[in-house]
Amino acid sequence: MYDMSALYEAQSVQDAIELRLAHPDAQIIAGGTDVLVQMREGKRAGKALISIQKIDSMRGVSLDEEENLRIGSLTSFTHITNDPLIQRYINVLGEAVDMVGGPQIRNAGTIGGNTCNGVTSADSASTLHAWDALIEITGKNGIRRVPIHDFYLKAGTVDLKVEEGEIQTAILIPKASYDRTFGHYIKYAMRNAMDIATLGTSVNARLSPDKKTFERVRIAFGVAGPVPLRATRAEAFINDKEVTLSNIEAFGKMVLEDINPRDSWRASKAFRQHIAVESAKRCLMESVTLAGGEL
Amino acid sequence: MAKKQYQLVSCTINGKAVEQMVDVRASLTDLLRNDFRLTSVKKGCEVGECGACNVLIDGECFNSCLYLAVWAEGKHITTLEGLMGPNGELSDIQQAFMDETAIQCGFCIPGFIMTAVEILNRNRYYTDEELRKLLSGHLCRCTGYENIFKAVKKTMLRRLGRLDDPFLTT
Repeated sequence: MYDMSALYEAQSVQDAIELRLAHPDAQIIAGGTDVLVQMREGKRAGKALISIQKIDSMRGVSLDEEENLRIGSLTSFTHITNDPLIQRYINVLGEAVDMVGGPQIRNAGTIGGNTCNGVTSADSASTLHAWDALIEITGKNGIRRVPIHDFYLKAGTVDLKVEEGEIQTAILIPKASYDRTFGHYIKYAMRNAMDIATLGTSVNARLSPDKKTFERVRIAFGVAGPVPLRATRAEAFINDKEVTLSNIEAFGKMVLEDINPRDSWRASKAFRQHIAVESAKRCLMESVTLAGGEL
Repeated sequence: MAKKQYQLVSCTINGKAVEQMVDVRASLTDLLRNDFRLTSVKKGCEVGECGACNVLIDGECFNSCLYLAVWAEGKHITTLEGLMGPNGELSDIQQAFMDETAIQCGFCIPGFIMTAVEILNRNRYYTDEELRKLLSGHLCRCTGYENIFKAVKKTMLRRLGRLDDPFLTT
């Protein structure tokens, strides 16, 4: 038995909004792999829950009329990894979420829950930051879209307004973001399974048509700060530069100007900085290869 | 104290349609063990780390400890008990666990076998590395991982008809 005071089950998005307005103190629960664990630990003990698990319209991946990739917030990690649209347009996202927890957790856990938690170590978060994902939020006044960078307010807090009855309903990858773009993700952790990232690095690159120049490189880290963050100075440095190993080397070093990792029991700041530089280089080298470039 | 909240859940468990009133606070582990006496579903860590409570829900593996019983509405659930043949026979994967001595205390085994069932039902070949990753959601404290791996791999090879694979003689 879980120590919950009440359970409200939404059958539709509209239902969820009304329940949220009626019970502003209740916690939203999707896949349950975080909320139920926290409830067991006592952190959310005694709370009421609003379950959105049964809203099947919030599952699945599709292309909208503007060819943006639309990922329903309740899509499980396993279904993202196995989805043909994801494999075609943003394979790295499927690879990143395939490193969450273990197989059963990936069957239950959802990408919406992963991002609404607001934690910096979420395996989907750095890739979604690196691809300029848009968060679709639905509330009593309709739908609004927020860049994922603005969605993360601070560690553990995201931009969902309870008084507006808001829930996250989808994550969008704009066509301008995924077009001709290839990326790679490195999760550095002590174990391969059932572990939280010491550092997560996601890089993607679009090369010029002759594959000689970096047209657009984007890089984001998880666990390099209180929320996932982009290394904008390193990006500005490498864009429009030639595709060479020495430029990639310099790019790797540049990320230290952007990130601010902390000492924790998982790893020291110095070690996180070391793996940030190394991962940035390796991710970019892999992205170049995937984009058809040569080094 | 808050008012107690019950809900009627209709689902299929091991091929049989059932209806049960459940306390909304119950996990699927609670439902399967307490209401249906399906005690192959073990209570281990109860926080989704160990995989001992793993069951199939509509063909996919879930840790039933992190799944509310009310979410089972309309679902097809399979536990280890559901693998038994009409005359109590073991399935091929269960027999393989015995043949490989992939069992010591046995606590983790029902969960492992249900993950193996999900993998084997896809009827495709997996490399050793892929198989290890697919089995990585379970903890065995007797550390019998190697024999468990062999049991799953051998069953996969047999089902795919690769009977001359040298691994089957190891």
